[in-house]
Parts: sequence; C-alpha cells; structure tokens
Amino acid sequence: MQPATACASSGLTIPWLRRCSSLRVKCSTSQRAHCASTSTADTAEPIEPIEPIDPIETDPEPDPEPFKLKPLPYPFNALEPHMSKETVEYHWERHHRGHVDSLNAIIQGTEFAEMELENMVLTSYNEGNPLPFFVHASQVWNHDFFWETMKPGGGGNPSGVLKYLIERDFGSLDELAKEIQNAALTQFGSGWVWLAYKAHRLGVGNDINPRPSKKDKRLVVVKTPNAVSPLVWDYYPLLAIDVWEHAYYMDYENRRGDYVSVFLDKLISWDVVSYRLKNAMFRASKREKMEKREMLLDKMKEATLRVKVRPTPKARPKMKRRQY
Amino acid sequence: MALLRSIAISSNKTITLARSARSLTTATLPPLPYSYDALEPVISGEIMMLHHQKHHQTYVTNYNSALELLHTAMDKGDVSAVVGLQSAVKFNGGGHINHSIFWKNLRPVNAGGGEPPHKKLGWQIDTDFGSFNALISKMNAEGAALQGSGWVWLAFDKELKRLKVETTANQDPLVTKGATLVPLLGIDVWEHAYYLQYKNVKLEYLKNIWKIINWEYAGEVYEKEAQ
Repeated sequence: MQPATACASSGLTIPWLRRCSSLRVKCSTSQRAHCASTSTADTAEPIEPIEPIDPIETDPEPDPEPFKLKPLPYPFNALEPHMSKETVEYHWERHHRGHVDSLNAIIQGTEFAEMELENMVLTSYNEGNPLPFFVHASQVWNHDFFWETMKPGGGGNPSGVLKYLIERDFGSLDELAKEIQNAALTQFGSGWVWLAYKAHRLGVGNDINPRPSKKDKRLVVVKTPNAVSPLVWDYYPLLAIDVWEHAYYMDYENRRGDYVSVFLDKLISWDVVSYRLKNAMFRASKREKMEKREMLLDKMKEATLRVKVRPTPKARPKMKRRQY
Repeated sequence: MALLRSIAISSNKTITLARSARSLTTATLPPLPYSYDALEPVISGEIMMLHHQKHHQTYVTNYNSALELLHTAMDKGDVSAVVGLQSAVKFNGGGHINHSIFWKNLRPVNAGGGEPPHKKLGWQIDTDFGSFNALISKMNAEGAALQGSGWVWLAFDKELKRLKVETTANQDPLVTKGATLVPLLGIDVWEHAYYLQYKNVKLEYLKNIWKIINWEYAGEVYEKEAQ
C-alpha cells in the first residue's frame, strides 16, 4: 500500500496517486484548474520511499505435514453391504492415516518432503533395497489408488479400449476374474493384487525387440507382497485390490476369495480403470516417441562425428588477368 | 515313508525311476487343549474359533492337497511341477507347523497361563537377556516392527546353547532362519490373530498375550534340547 500522498496544491490525500497524474483523472474540475494554473508537472509531495522488506534470514519452519490424508471419494457407508462401514472407517482412519502420519514424521524437514508421492515411492524403493519409509510412502499411494478404484454401485462390465484389451490379453472378463482370484489366493501373506498396463522397455542398450508387435504393450495381472506396487517395475497400475487381512477380515473373515469376487462384481469402478488405461497408453506412447527421438539424436550425433569435415578452401590470391 | 528307488541312467539323457513304494502321511488338524473361550479376555472366543477351525484347517487341507500333487509329480518325474509346488508346500506346511506350536504355547489363566518360567529356562533367560521383562520388551518390539504378516519366536540355538528372539515372514517356519534353532515360543502376528478384537493396535495384543503364555511347555522343550 502506498502511503497516502498529499497533493501539495489542494491538500487532498489521494492514496492511489503517486504524483499528480498528467491526465488528472481523479481530481475535481476546480482542482484541475488550479493545477493547470500552477503549471508544474510535479506538484505533489515526493513519495516516501517504500522500505524494502527485510530479506528472510532464517529458513521457514519445515511444514510438519508435507502429506495430507486424502479424503475418501464417498462416505464410509457408501460401499455397504459389500464392504461394511466399520471396515472402511477403520481402514481409512487407522491404517491409511497411520501411514500418512508415520511418513510425515520421518520425511519432515528432509529433501524428500518436496517430492511428489509417486516419485518418493520410486526413490525409496531404491531398486529392491528399500529405505525405512518406503512402506509408508508406498502404502499411502496404494491406498489412495485403492479407494479410487471402488465406487458405490460399482461392478458391471468394462467397455471400449479396456474391454478390447481384456479380451485380447485374457480372453474374456471371466478369465481375467479367474486370474485375479488365483493371484489373490496365492499371495501368501499380506499384499496387493493389480491389473497393470505393461509397456516398459528394459532400459538397457540392446533391448531392441527384433519382432515388435502390438501385443508387446498389454495388460497383466500381478501380485505384490506387503507394500510393493508395480510402479517399481515400471508398469502402469490400473486397478488394485488390497489383500492385507485388515481389508476384509471383519466382513469376510478368512474368505479372501469371496472378498475378491465381490470386489470385482459389486465394488469396482470400470470407468476409473478405463480412464487410467487411456492415461497409461498416452503416457507410454509419448515416452516411446521421446525415447525413439533420443535414440535418433544419439545416432545423428555419432554420424556427424564420423563425417570428415571438408576444410574451407585455402585463401588463394586471385589470378591476375593478363593484359594483352 | 519307505522309499524304494533305483536310478538307471542311460547313455542318453533320460533318468528313469522305478516305481516308488511310498506311503503318503497326511496332516490332521490337532485339537485345542482348551475350549475356544478359555483364553478370554486376552483373545476372544470368536478369534480362537476362526483361527483354529478356519485358518489352521485351511492350511492343513491345502497342505494335504499340495502333498498329493507333489506325490503324483514325483512319481511321474515332472520336475517343473515338483518345483512349482514348493511354495504351496512351504506356505501351508509352515502354517500347520507354526499353528500347532502356537496352540501349545497358550494356556488359560486358571490353568497356569502367564506364570513366569522357573528353574533352567528362567536362568537361561536372565543370562541371555538380562531379565524376564527385557525379553518381553524385546519380543514386543520385534513383533510391532514386523511389516506385513509373520511370527515372533523365542528360539533356542542348539549349537550355541543360547536363546534368541527371531522373526519370520508369512508362514515360514523357524528353521528357515537357522537349522539349529528350536522354537520354544511363537506368537502369531498375522492380522487374523488379533484384528477382530484389537483392530490395528498390534502392540496391545502383544502386551496382553503374555498373560496366557504357557511357559511350562517352553520349559519342557528347552530342557529336552539343552541336554
């Protein structure tokens, strides 16, 4: 805010005016006449210089909560009777929130606090040698993903590209359901079951597929132990089913198979899965194009290095024309 | 199991096995030494019933079917099937072993559960951990820190003649941590062991379970192994 400037001639304080504007838009007619008569461009008092704000000497306090617990997309009882209100409430309020709090406690003040969650999951996985907060970061990501995979009144059938790919890669929706069941029942212990879009390359110099086909990019069912997710394998997850016992014990006791089949029949949101698939396909193709471009640029660089540069012709004196 | 097997290696690559006369001994669900609600209020009757009748029974059933398939695969010489069945055998067999020990490790309060160990085991605990309470804190800490599903064990190392606190993941039996380790006490920290009653407060479950631990059984095993 500029300090109120007093117009010396009339004594009016016009807070927004640094000096009398040559346009004199805000002054009254009598004022203008007066200013015109005095006819000096600058009649206002000089503005007090604004004191510069002191530069911040100390670092600001680290944010005690770099990550906030994302609210559920639906109320606790929205998934009844397939997933009870108690399960959803305990799962979100205690387990999910517990991981958020533990994560915040560990990373607060460190450089990890600035990272995006997905980035943090990949960094803390550390290629199979996870850092102590990997489990919390990964579980926060996994649970966010899990809640969004479900919706009240879910189930039904997939459509569009998702349906096409399911039929191409698994045969039918029932086959896919069978594979997911099998993965869930053979995940011995706690973990997750995923449907993922696999489009990654190995990332080594010679991973060129000699017979590339459209089927290289496909849907796969994967199971992961404890907190691991297929992000660490460079897949694009599309749906997640939590098969830790706390996710289903109060409703289904030990019957994990029943829980998974109800999940696929009544809870899953195929719209979200389709959206994620489209997103994944887009990102994968963009990435592929960029990688191809980089490869071409590298090749071009190599080629230019090998090309012999023709030297500029030596400067020769011009031949004199003989005068005949 | 009596094995009669002769291996004839021909000059080419096939190895043939004579028909083996092997009998298949399947596992059975052991009965609980006490009623389902005898461990209240530490572990509710509902949990005990589900744990014994559903979880342990499932491990037994699946172990038996895996064993059948293994038997067939071994007879046929189907190596890939034999290898493929290992994880199912390890998981379900391990579950059966671990839970059979677990039922013996628990005892109702009115039958002596929770009474601290005396004599040799008590002295060994004092030697190796400092005090009985130190052992309990250590086991609780290890159990609480365990991510996912698994077991916490008080193990006796036969070779080194000392006690150790170990954890195993999922249903791995204690021997996977050391061939010379003998389990004296095992505490199930899978969520199914406490979730219905304690929800996610695993530490509360671990603190309370000491009230029903059967130190007499642990002492017997210890004295037998320490000879």
